[in-house]
Amino acid sequence: MIETNPESRAMTMRMSAAPEPEAAVGSPDQMVASFEIDDTDLVRRLQNFLHSYPTVVSATVLVLSLVTFGLIVGPRFFTPFNFSLILQQVTVISVIGAAQTLVILTAGIDLSVGALMVLCAVVMGVNAVDHGMPQGLAIALAFAVGALGGLVNGLLVTHVKLPPFIATLGTWNVFFALNLWYSGGQTIVAQNITTAAPSLQVFGDSVNFAGMRLTVGTVLMLGLYALLWYILNRTAWGRHIHAIGDDQDAARLAGVRVKRTLVSAYVFAGLICALAGWVLIGRIGSVTPQEGVTANLDSITAVVVGGTSMFGGRGSLFGTLVGALIVGVFRNGLALAGVDALWQGFAIGLLIVVAVAIDQWLRELSA
Amino acid sequence: MKSRCLSMTVGVWAICTLLGGASASAEELIFSLITKTNENPVFVLMRQAAEAKAKQLGVKLISFAGKYDGDNASQVDAIENSISAGAKVIVIVPNDTTAIVPQIKAARAAGVIVMVADSPLVPVNAADGTWATNNFAAGQLIGQWAKATLGDKAKDARIAMLNADTMMVTNDVARDNGFLTGFGITVPNRKVWGSETDPRIVGHDVTKGSPSGGQTAMENMLQKDPTINVVFTMNEQSASGAAQALKAVGRDKDVFLVSVDGTCAGIEMVRNGTIAATSMQFWLDMATDAMQAAMDKIKTGAVPPVTPGLDYVDSGTKLVTDHPAPGVPSITSEEALKLRGDMCKKAS
Repeated sequence: MIETNPESRAMTMRMSAAPEPEAAVGSPDQMVASFEIDDTDLVRRLQNFLHSYPTVVSATVLVLSLVTFGLIVGPRFFTPFNFSLILQQVTVISVIGAAQTLVILTAGIDLSVGALMVLCAVVMGVNAVDHGMPQGLAIALAFAVGALGGLVNGLLVTHVKLPPFIATLGTWNVFFALNLWYSGGQTIVAQNITTAAPSLQVFGDSVNFAGMRLTVGTVLMLGLYALLWYILNRTAWGRHIHAIGDDQDAARLAGVRVKRTLVSAYVFAGLICALAGWVLIGRIGSVTPQEGVTANLDSITAVVVGGTSMFGGRGSLFGTLVGALIVGVFRNGLALAGVDALWQGFAIGLLIVVAVAIDQWLRELSA
Repeated sequence: MKSRCLSMTVGVWAICTLLGGASASAEELIFSLITKTNENPVFVLMRQAAEAKAKQLGVKLISFAGKYDGDNASQVDAIENSISAGAKVIVIVPNDTTAIVPQIKAARAAGVIVMVADSPLVPVNAADGTWATNNFAAGQLIGQWAKATLGDKAKDARIAMLNADTMMVTNDVARDNGFLTGFGITVPNRKVWGSETDPRIVGHDVTKGSPSGGQTAMENMLQKDPTINVVFTMNEQSASGAAQALKAVGRDKDVFLVSVDGTCAGIEMVRNGTIAATSMQFWLDMATDAMQAAMDKIKTGAVPPVTPGLDYVDSGTKLVTDHPAPGVPSITSEEALKLRGDMCKKAS
């Protein structure tokens, strides 16, 4: 919701140290008038519009980057097959990004998502392949581990009252160590999984149509986004998540069970991490404890480039998917253009800074 | 709330005391093993082998690792911690062969014997002794094999190079340039990868040594040039990802995918046809031989050995492939598994 009460806006202005965009232009008497919203001001109207639709910024960047790389690289880039390739390349990070969005919407952050994903994949693989456990049971066990990991995060945040950053910084290391211990650092090769537990690789199966190759994992990822979008925008629980992220105390006074909702959000994120672990096995074929080392930061990148505010309460789930796609388009496009891998990292870094700068600019509207 | 906090603190303190309780007795010799990372299976196995060797020598082993490939700061801490723990011997797999030298000099000045495994220091004689694979030779072997296998087609080869990182890690660079040299491609600058100008090279990409990195890099390479028929990967983790990408476009049967390491999973992949050939190294011997030499030095003052013509002990490299090429000595995947022995029991 956009705050339109002029009185409270004026208060905000007096309290905020940020310079107003209008303050830079115009004469002194106009600056006094700047306490009133001038709806004809183009910049302000643009700000208003973008603030209501945060995905628009990232979607525009996505389209622009597609066009740019299309012009630079040419037909190799602009094929249905290459687009489906980029989709496959961002599938795992998008799933993890969905979990991250959920947590960031509550004004939290989860640094343990990548480690939890790999831990769940390892639990699945070691039990189904090395210990001969029935596949369904091994998968169920991995989901239990994911939920448990999320529960630990949630309880640390709500009951031990640790800042989410600190809590998940701790569990990130814990989960990663558990993963190395449980797997012995050993990779389970793709072919052994195909023989012993093919259902672990189910998300790697693909269908071809119109020159594209879509994997089951990609389809599932899109389905997950649709489901989460519905939950976040059409259910009371989803509204509570937004309310907690916006202002925890206000949410509590309004009757939201803050602790319980927060814990459930972290558990949900943990379950999505387990799903991501399953999707990961489908994508790379093997189970490798060394995977996902930077998945936590990559997922945060997707979230912020997608226009979700790091301060909670405002953002868009599909923005995260667009954010992941932008990063994927950059990586793929730069690689096809023959750009040195070093500069790919450079470009992604710029993207992050620009995305958060835009986010800050929009926040001036509703401090 | 306060009492709960207090009881938690006490509980944590109790656990720490229990864990720390098993400290060494005064006259026990302490050996320290410092590896590059904790997660690489090679170092997991190296630690296990070192534990067994420590038992055999009757010494206590403490171990440390860097956080990631190239993490020098953690190893600096590890050396300091080893010295303060009273270690008489440090066996280190250095992340940065140049940057760690001052700390190693300080440790030796404090009377600690420092042995290096896997990556020789610059300069080599900054350590008491060094046991390593000649990574350039390891790369050269798979390069020669690829060239011999392709025969006449080698002159029109389309080669994709999958490296670890843009940080130019010594082993990564040596394997890459060794492979190219073995394949008959001129490398102008051996200090970095990517200095060659041969048109047969489609490009280099980095994988961080992980399957998903290898997969994404391979997919993008194939988009750039679908006719790629030789793929070099700097380790078998990234090779498994590259293989997945090749399989997805139905190219897994007609592309020569070669790698370096000879991990259990890697040998397994040679056996099932995922990788055409890999260069096997013997890291466990590096660590255990280094420990033995350190013990000999303590007991008899014996000078640690070197391989004739080198300034370190070459632990050797063996080419593992089930498709031998004329003029390139190799062993089969079965023989490689036998050589690994108990190490790969799980994988076979």
